[in-house]
Amino acid sequence: MAELDTSSGGGKKGGKVRTKKQATKVDLTAMVDLAFLLITFFMLTTSLSKPAAMEIAKPDKDAKDENRLELRESQTMTILLGKNDKIAWYMGQAGKTAPTIEGFDDITSTLLANKKKVKESTGRDIVIIVKPTDGSTYKNFVDIMDEIAITKTNINAPAVDDDPNHILDSEKEFMKSKGIF
Amino acid sequence: MAKAKVKRSSTSIDMTAMCDVSFLLLTFFILTATARQPDPLEIATPSSTVQYKLPDKGVVVVSIGKGRVFLDIVGQDVKKATLQRMGSVYGVTFTDEEVKRFQVVQAFGVPFGSLKQFLAMDATQREKSGIQSGIPLDSTKNNELYNWLKEARQANAEIYGIDLNAAIKGDSKTEYPAIRKVIDVFQSQKINKFSLITSSEGVEK
Repeated sequence: MAELDTSSGGGKKGGKVRTKKQATKVDLTAMVDLAFLLITFFMLTTSLSKPAAMEIAKPDKDAKDENRLELRESQTMTILLGKNDKIAWYMGQAGKTAPTIEGFDDITSTLLANKKKVKESTGRDIVIIVKPTDGSTYKNFVDIMDEIAITKTNINAPAVDDDPNHILDSEKEFMKSKGIF
Repeated sequence: MAKAKVKRSSTSIDMTAMCDVSFLLLTFFILTATARQPDPLEIATPSSTVQYKLPDKGVVVVSIGKGRVFLDIVGQDVKKATLQRMGSVYGVTFTDEEVKRFQVVQAFGVPFGSLKQFLAMDATQREKSGIQSGIPLDSTKNNELYNWLKEARQANAEIYGIDLNAAIKGDSKTEYPAIRKVIDVFQSQKINKFSLITSSEGVEK
């Protein structure tokens, strides 16, 4: 590969001693290799360094109460984000059904199961309310929103209710009893 | 008859054109790649599977980590306009030199009162001095984040004619109340739709 073309000399023996002509061709292989390596690097860094953005929409705070919709008990799932990466969730109205405590590994299957159950029993899509409590971290919040997106339980946009005053006493008591509040 | 010689074809290819093209592309990518300045705040963002990328302009990123809040206004012209607007709100004028220095600052987290002092320093001094205590947003009277956001939105609307995208970049370990404080500032200006910046992660299953 890396040979220099010296054929123009016409090497007949016995003739005049000619000065060898210097080849004008340079081997560019290594240079091209390097150039492509750098191109790849810059291409990837320019497009990959852009961070991904997760869209979050929250209800307007000052909206008039008559604009608010009442949620059906049968299609509502409330997810409480607690301390130590734990989740408490329950279906329907607070206090009526005992919440279940779960970690983030199991919530995917739970979401899918509840989605199916709600669809089968009521024919409507599930509505999810996410309530991050003071003990939860930012990661928990992003994770749960991501899980909701993955399991496609966001047909009705998940409601994020992070007002600490909106966490009901029964929810608080339950979470305290389990040590995740 | 003489033997017919098989002509040996040369194995070397002319790479001049290829080399030209590759270097042209290389130059292009080097020039378009924006030099990243080190973040003043070490933030480990949580990962998610979202594929949507943050737009290049018209974005304000609020970084939250270790109890401090930093602000990054993307786009030099918006940054400049925002600073001038903030100056007129607080009755401070900035010299051209200071505006220029502000334009190349990425994320900053200083109270407005010490912004001038902050701009006069160089990068290492800024790091060392601990001047970046975060943008105050606690009290309703001294909510500087609110003003920054408001002015940035107006500056952005004037320059690009589109509404600003507000984004939150939080550390995984940040406790939720700190995030809620920032979201409350957003919502007090009716920014009900915003983005959370996450690092990418492969789609599960």
